[in-house]
Amino acid sequence: MAERTVAAQAPSLIRIVRLPGLGWYVLRRWPVLPVAILILLAITGAFAPFIAPHDPIKQNLRALNAPPAWNAQWYAERPKVTDTYLLGADHVGRDILSRVIHGARISLVVTSIALVTGLVVGTTLGLLAGYFGGHVDEVIMRLVDVWFALPFLLLALIANIVFGPSFGLVIALLALSSWSSFVRNVRAEVLSLKSRDYVALARVAGASNIRIIVRHLLPGVFSTVMVIASLLVGGLILAEASLSFLGVGIPAPTPAWGVMVAEGRRFVATAWWITVFPGMAIFLVVMSLNFLGDWLRDRFDPRLRQL
Amino acid sequence: MKAFVTRRFLYMILSVLAATVIVFGLSRMVGDPRLLYAKPGGYGITEEQFEAIGVKPGLDRPLVVQYGMWLGKILKGDLGRTLVNERPVTKVIGEKIGNTLQLGLVAWILASVIGIPLGVLSATRRGSALDYLGRSFALIGQALPAFWLGIIFILIFGAYLGWLPSGTRGFHEGFPLAWGNVKFFVLPAITLALGAAAGYLRITRSAMLEVLDSEYVKLARAKGISGRAVIWKHAFRNALIPPLTVSSLLLVSLLTGVIVVETVFSWPGLGNLAVQAVDNNDFPVLTAAVLIFAVLWVVMNFMTDLAYAFIDPRIRYS
Repeated sequence: MAERTVAAQAPSLIRIVRLPGLGWYVLRRWPVLPVAILILLAITGAFAPFIAPHDPIKQNLRALNAPPAWNAQWYAERPKVTDTYLLGADHVGRDILSRVIHGARISLVVTSIALVTGLVVGTTLGLLAGYFGGHVDEVIMRLVDVWFALPFLLLALIANIVFGPSFGLVIALLALSSWSSFVRNVRAEVLSLKSRDYVALARVAGASNIRIIVRHLLPGVFSTVMVIASLLVGGLILAEASLSFLGVGIPAPTPAWGVMVAEGRRFVATAWWITVFPGMAIFLVVMSLNFLGDWLRDRFDPRLRQL
Repeated sequence: MKAFVTRRFLYMILSVLAATVIVFGLSRMVGDPRLLYAKPGGYGITEEQFEAIGVKPGLDRPLVVQYGMWLGKILKGDLGRTLVNERPVTKVIGEKIGNTLQLGLVAWILASVIGIPLGVLSATRRGSALDYLGRSFALIGQALPAFWLGIIFILIFGAYLGWLPSGTRGFHEGFPLAWGNVKFFVLPAITLALGAAAGYLRITRSAMLEVLDSEYVKLARAKGISGRAVIWKHAFRNALIPPLTVSSLLLVSLLTGVIVVETVFSWPGLGNLAVQAVDNNDFPVLTAAVLIFAVLWVVMNFMTDLAYAFIDPRIRYS
């Protein structure tokens, strides 16, 4: 009896979880693909030395511009090249795949430090400007206005002449390019939160300014800050890559994606793989991050739509 | 309106001044600014010559005085001489700025012509295949690194297919819009415009969606006005404000993007000049380039503000 019931229900069950339909539903509702790409990025970044098949800086002069592994003929003609390079090798015989994997790590570290710095500074200034208003607000907002008026990439060029290229400089430049977005949006958010009853009550109860800001306003702006961070991070990765491409970002032997594209540029007609793969890595990661950022914004803070 | 214009104008001046202060500050941060011009004992410079470098630009005076002297010279149009071949910086820049402005303008027009109509279409046919196509275009356009895209374009259209020149700007005698001249613009302009077009598309689309949902558009529809008139006369005009506001941001992204694109295509413009100046340690050239870009950017911002206030009267009184 029980068996028959199950059997009778089976077709309808199958209809409900019909796989292609379900897959499509999930893909449309949740950012599955971007998250998968980003998880891959995080894992390769974190465990780069264990995953990468070769040393990213070690040169192999027998394998200059070695093509990707599927060009078996090339490897067959050169028995002395004992290693196979899955995505080919660059103009000094370094493995592209290993360099792309290590590049993930560089991108991840540089942009996250820069983003967190920009976030902390920007959010703090935004909270102060919004909460205190008056002169504090005026000074901070004029600073933001002036900062918006400066051509960031050119300042980066000048800073490079003055300080010389280094990791610290890239991080500082990226942080400087991101803080102002936090200030503007956090301030706007605080202005509306400030007039709520619970803030007034906290003041009546004798809470200090610092306590009100930290305990009552900060949690309120948290989702805004997170959404802005997620919307900015793709642009930061792109900015880091552009700086490195121009030779004013991460210094050369380090396998940053922008550096790799710049190095491959001269050989693009004969060895396209040097340029194409790191560029594709940048593209996929930035696209995933932007997609995820949009999704988070639509979910948690639709008012920021125009950002 | 007048007060608004004056206030914005003052901000503009303030921003330019801030840019000069930052540039000047950076130039003095190395410690001895003479090191920007020469290394002691380097390139056959004697001790006396090294000392003499400092006296002429007044480097022995207090910082504020130095800044004043520097600013005064710039206002008089004297930007110094290049370190590489001792030519006046203004002259070098004058030769290049036209190419940059032309490229930027073409890319800007291209971005507007592609981005804004696509955004409107994408919004009015929300959920359709066209909308998905538009949104994918926006997503891809904003994630493609311009320097990489440019190289790929050169690889495909320059190296493999041989349809278009793969770099630099050539000049063709005769009509300026003849193919011989236009062909040099195709790849750099598309590379430069793509990101901005994607930005326009996104902003126009979301602004349009918001407006299409408003009461007056519903009323216009209820009155029986044709769909096309509602979209272009009632909705589009109001939806235009957000794209206009960010057009200044997009313009600046074009301006900074131009540096990268000019490097990829060896375009003989300001951006290329600036990057070469970094390689040559040519500080005067870079300073001038930064100042010019800053002024361009600030002036464009100012004009957008004015346009914005002109279109939306509420702005003027806030």
